[in-house]
Amino acid sequence: MAPKICALCQNAKAILKRPKTGQQICKDCFFYVFETEVHNTINEAKLFSRGDRVAIGASGGKDSTVLAYVLKTLNERYDYGLNLFLLSIDEGITGYRDDSLETVKRNQQQYSMPLKILSYDELYGWTMDRIVSQIGKKNNCTFCGVFRRQALDRGAALLNVDHIVTGHNADDIAETVLMNIMRGDIARLGRCTSIVTQGEDTIKRSKPFKYAYEKEIVMYAYFKKLDYFSTECIYSPDAYRGHARTFLKDLEAARPSAIIDIIHSGEAFEIREEIRANQKAQQTCTRCGYMSSNDLCKACTLLEGLERGMAASGITDRARKKLDAEGPAPDNIRTIPFFQPPSGHPLVAVETTA
Amino acid sequence: MSFRIMWSNQTFPPTLIMSSITLRVEFGGGLELLFSNIKQHKLTLPSIVPSNNGTKLNGEVLSGGETKPADVEYLMHHLRDNLLQERPELFMEDNTVRPGILVLINDTDWELEGEGEYALKDNDEVVFISTLHGG
Repeated sequence: MAPKICALCQNAKAILKRPKTGQQICKDCFFYVFETEVHNTINEAKLFSRGDRVAIGASGGKDSTVLAYVLKTLNERYDYGLNLFLLSIDEGITGYRDDSLETVKRNQQQYSMPLKILSYDELYGWTMDRIVSQIGKKNNCTFCGVFRRQALDRGAALLNVDHIVTGHNADDIAETVLMNIMRGDIARLGRCTSIVTQGEDTIKRSKPFKYAYEKEIVMYAYFKKLDYFSTECIYSPDAYRGHARTFLKDLEAARPSAIIDIIHSGEAFEIREEIRANQKAQQTCTRCGYMSSNDLCKACTLLEGLERGMAASGITDRARKKLDAEGPAPDNIRTIPFFQPPSGHPLVAVETTA
Repeated sequence: MSFRIMWSNQTFPPTLIMSSITLRVEFGGGLELLFSNIKQHKLTLPSIVPSNNGTKLNGEVLSGGETKPADVEYLMHHLRDNLLQERPELFMEDNTVRPGILVLINDTDWELEGEGEYALKDNDEVVFISTLHGG
């Protein structure tokens, strides 16, 4: 087969077929369009202001590694004036997270960005290894997901950042749209396609890769020879998401625009006023001060169940009633330190590159 | 290099041909875990292979059956049948790679090279990268 010529520069050999457009482009044009599209996403959504302190939620995986590299590049190229940080959560999973954190530590050197690692152990007093040894592999993703979300916010507060960016890509968002439809989760369906989420007293979060295809992120990492970690979590992955993912990949193989089309469909849903009125208002957790839709936030509920040896109480109503029947939480159980939203001064000294 | 008598629809009557190609194969993005956790492999394939991608005839005379030049589709079957150690369904599905695995032929997206039908040449490099692992 004769080499194909780049559809953009009409000069170099094409090395990639873009899933979004079907265009065949060369390596340099690919780098340029990939970076420029992320820049346009950032601009159109007005994600940043000059002087912002921005934490990149960094797992050591492909998405956050490419995000850190691209944000550093764009911050320099377009003079955004951002202070960038790496923020990693150590869930305490031996043989998985400890290895991926080594990748993040290399990224810290490679990109000269300060790094903060916050562990479940220091925040909650439990590692995922210990949680799984108590509750088994079923439902452990619930604990991990709830704990990670709050840990990221708390890590961001410690760094005193204005904003957390995550590496969620177009494929992830399309998957979430499908999952929320299949679960009938109207509230999440309404907000899962937003590029920015921000509660009243929570830290702004955004997804600069909202429109970036996973294929292009992986190709970018490959051609730039970026250092990332790729191993499946050793505790069973989220099975429901796995089905959505397989389905989405099959759709993409048949029609690559399916991913962006599903995101557009998700954006176009409108939630009727009477449905929205039934949704619970946000409040703050009476025990730890984190945002919550009940008196106790989900993390405090799960932690109390673990501490009292009744971990299922955070998962099923039946187990919750059993726990309530045993009386109020004892005073001596481990609780999460009270949440302090950013106050203007970093609460910790962050490690900077040597 | 091996010498082999081959009966194929392209070389008729049967002739003595120099009939192998050497390839570099690389796995990434976690796919190497299915292949003894080794990322880079060097391997030799016969240059003419069964059209049905059967991989059990190595070293034997191909007689009667249809043949074709070794292509990427055959390479995938060869890797699955000879190098893969576990969970073949995570590598292949319906005669091609599982959706979500990217393939590069000499550092070019295989979608630009004819995908499975690309006829392999001596010293080609083929890279398989999984996108399915957590990010």
